[in-house]
Amino acid sequence: MRNLTLRRCVSAVIPAVVCLGLAACGHKAVPPPPVPEAAAPAAAPAPTVTLNANPTAIESGGQSTLTWTSSGAVRVELNGTAVNLNGSQAVTPTQSTDYQIVARSADGQTANAAVRVTVTEPPPPPVAAAPAAEDINSAFNAAVRDAFFDYDKSTIRPDAQSALNADAEFFKSHPGVAINVVGHCDDRGSAEYNLALGDRRAQAVKNYLVSQGIDPNRIQTVSVGKDQPFCTQETDDCYQQNRRGHFTPPGQ
Amino acid sequence: MKLRWLTLCLLALAIGLAGQDQTTITISGTSKYRLAVPDFAAAAGVSAAEQATFNQVLWNDLYQTAVVTMVGRSLYTASAPTTEADLNNAVVRTAWTAPPLAIQRLVFGQMALVNGGLVVSGYLYDVNQPPGAGRLLARRYADPGTPAGARAIAHQLADDIVAALGYGPGIATSKIAYISNRSGSEEVWTMDYDGFNPQQRTRLHGIAYSPRLSPNGQELAFMSQIGVHQQIRLLSLLTNKLLPFPSYKGLTMSPAWSPDGSKLAFAAKMGGQNLNIYTINANGTGLRRLTRSSGYDNLSPVWNPKPPPGSDGQIAFVSSRTGQPQIYTMNADGSNQQRLPLGGYATSPSWSPNGLVLAFAWVRNGGGEDSGALDIYLWYFQDQKYVQLTHNGERNDFPSWAPDGRHIVFQSGASYHKQLFSVAADGSVPVQLTHAGDNEMPNWSWH
Repeated sequence: MRNLTLRRCVSAVIPAVVCLGLAACGHKAVPPPPVPEAAAPAAAPAPTVTLNANPTAIESGGQSTLTWTSSGAVRVELNGTAVNLNGSQAVTPTQSTDYQIVARSADGQTANAAVRVTVTEPPPPPVAAAPAAEDINSAFNAAVRDAFFDYDKSTIRPDAQSALNADAEFFKSHPGVAINVVGHCDDRGSAEYNLALGDRRAQAVKNYLVSQGIDPNRIQTVSVGKDQPFCTQETDDCYQQNRRGHFTPPGQ
Repeated sequence: MKLRWLTLCLLALAIGLAGQDQTTITISGTSKYRLAVPDFAAAAGVSAAEQATFNQVLWNDLYQTAVVTMVGRSLYTASAPTTEADLNNAVVRTAWTAPPLAIQRLVFGQMALVNGGLVVSGYLYDVNQPPGAGRLLARRYADPGTPAGARAIAHQLADDIVAALGYGPGIATSKIAYISNRSGSEEVWTMDYDGFNPQQRTRLHGIAYSPRLSPNGQELAFMSQIGVHQQIRLLSLLTNKLLPFPSYKGLTMSPAWSPDGSKLAFAAKMGGQNLNIYTINANGTGLRRLTRSSGYDNLSPVWNPKPPPGSDGQIAFVSSRTGQPQIYTMNADGSNQQRLPLGGYATSPSWSPNGLVLAFAWVRNGGGEDSGALDIYLWYFQDQKYVQLTHNGERNDFPSWAPDGRHIVFQSGASYHKQLFSVAADGSVPVQLTHAGDNEMPNWSWH
């Protein structure tokens, strides 16, 4: 009979003691039950344990130090592994991890605490710049030269020949590039005749490229005669600028 | 400033012709009639604008004919007659015929509003005839009462006066087709012969070339370039719609109507390397090749409006078979090709309505880089001689004869400032016809 009474008392006292020790507890302090006639033997104190992590947030690959203290415990386990009753340990979680520590007293009472170490992804490494695709317009403008002509002529003269030889190489190594030749004339002379002359110039350029191995079906020609000049000064220099077979760049 | 320079040069031509192998041009075999054209009176209701337009246009039209000597209004002492009855008086007639006025032909009349429309009575008299005689023209004209109507009536009266004076068809009601870029792209336009009423006729947003009006004035042939495609197109001026016409591979250009309007001549490569002259029916059938080039171009055909009797037609054209462009004539079947003995760089032929004269553009000493200006010249077939028409130091090109056979329209100027000018074949009455944008490739109507 006496044991039952003692147990009843202890189980009534312990919640009161625990509640008084922990501020968050919702219990109102209850007065201890009256002490029975026979003095009961003293109960073992409940263990306590604390657990800290420093820091609580790390980047992936980083390290945090867990530190714990306990009292009244005979055994402390950190995430299920026995550790010293008081101690610290470095941890390097690769992802956010909850750490739980349990302290056990001799009579089997336990206390536990938990802490979370948050692992954040490091900023992604800078993406290496993609290698530049070949800029066909730049390549065209650098490599392709127009063919120039003498006054009232549509014959391919030596400087035009060397320009067109180089042009042919470019067009062969860039088979996707369309070839459009526009025949131009300087401002002198008659409008209709210049239209015909410009056409002969464009044609002469085409014929020469074909002789260098370009497929004629790739080449389109047209004349604009005196229209659409490259310059408008009444000088020999400007006249020569306008007497040409012009390759229009891709996309125009 | 350019016009003044042009005027001075052309007047220099009229006063004293320089150069070898030249024939003096005379417009008529006799001296010109002294013509008086007093303002027409207006009855109440005719607006001041209509009255002013009518009188200005009539005066200018008669002045531009170059077949009369216009006597200035500051000399007029007698008050103008308004009816024929006013001239049944010897004293009235003498006031005009006596010196210093010395009028030989008198134009007079009046205008009124009838039922809201303008009605003009116009008369032409030989005032040297006794009273009761000398009537050469008496006519009534009616048109809606707008300044445009007054303008049209004045043009019609002017043409009737020219005919009544014995000078054949006038040009006051004629039109000029041309290419202008003032809308932002090179399109076909038409205007009155004096530069008024410009009308945009195409909106193709490519490049238009070489417009040619059909003999009946109802269609217009031209070359149209869109992107790399060049083809001849026909436009109906009645419906403003393009008519079907065949297209060919490669450069196709320079259409020209036969005088009866049934055929077109043109130049085309037909997928080959050389331009050749072809003819085709206006409905697109009957394609016929006239020239066979072996490495040069034949282009710019123009038909003789008055071919020799018994011939099927005659065509002048340009060919570079001798290395430089030269002008040739041939029969309309391609036979009998003959080169005009010109030399130099000769292009752009235009045949006069009476078949006797060819206008063309020439660099006379052409052959090298610094060969000089491109000028308009006239070639007289019968005399086998040429006359220089322009001396202005500009690039002059694309002459086209007026239907009276006495005037020529042409383009003048270098890139980005080309304008159209008309001038009488003796160099008188030069006029700048266009001012906005660049204007080129004119073609004068057949009537």
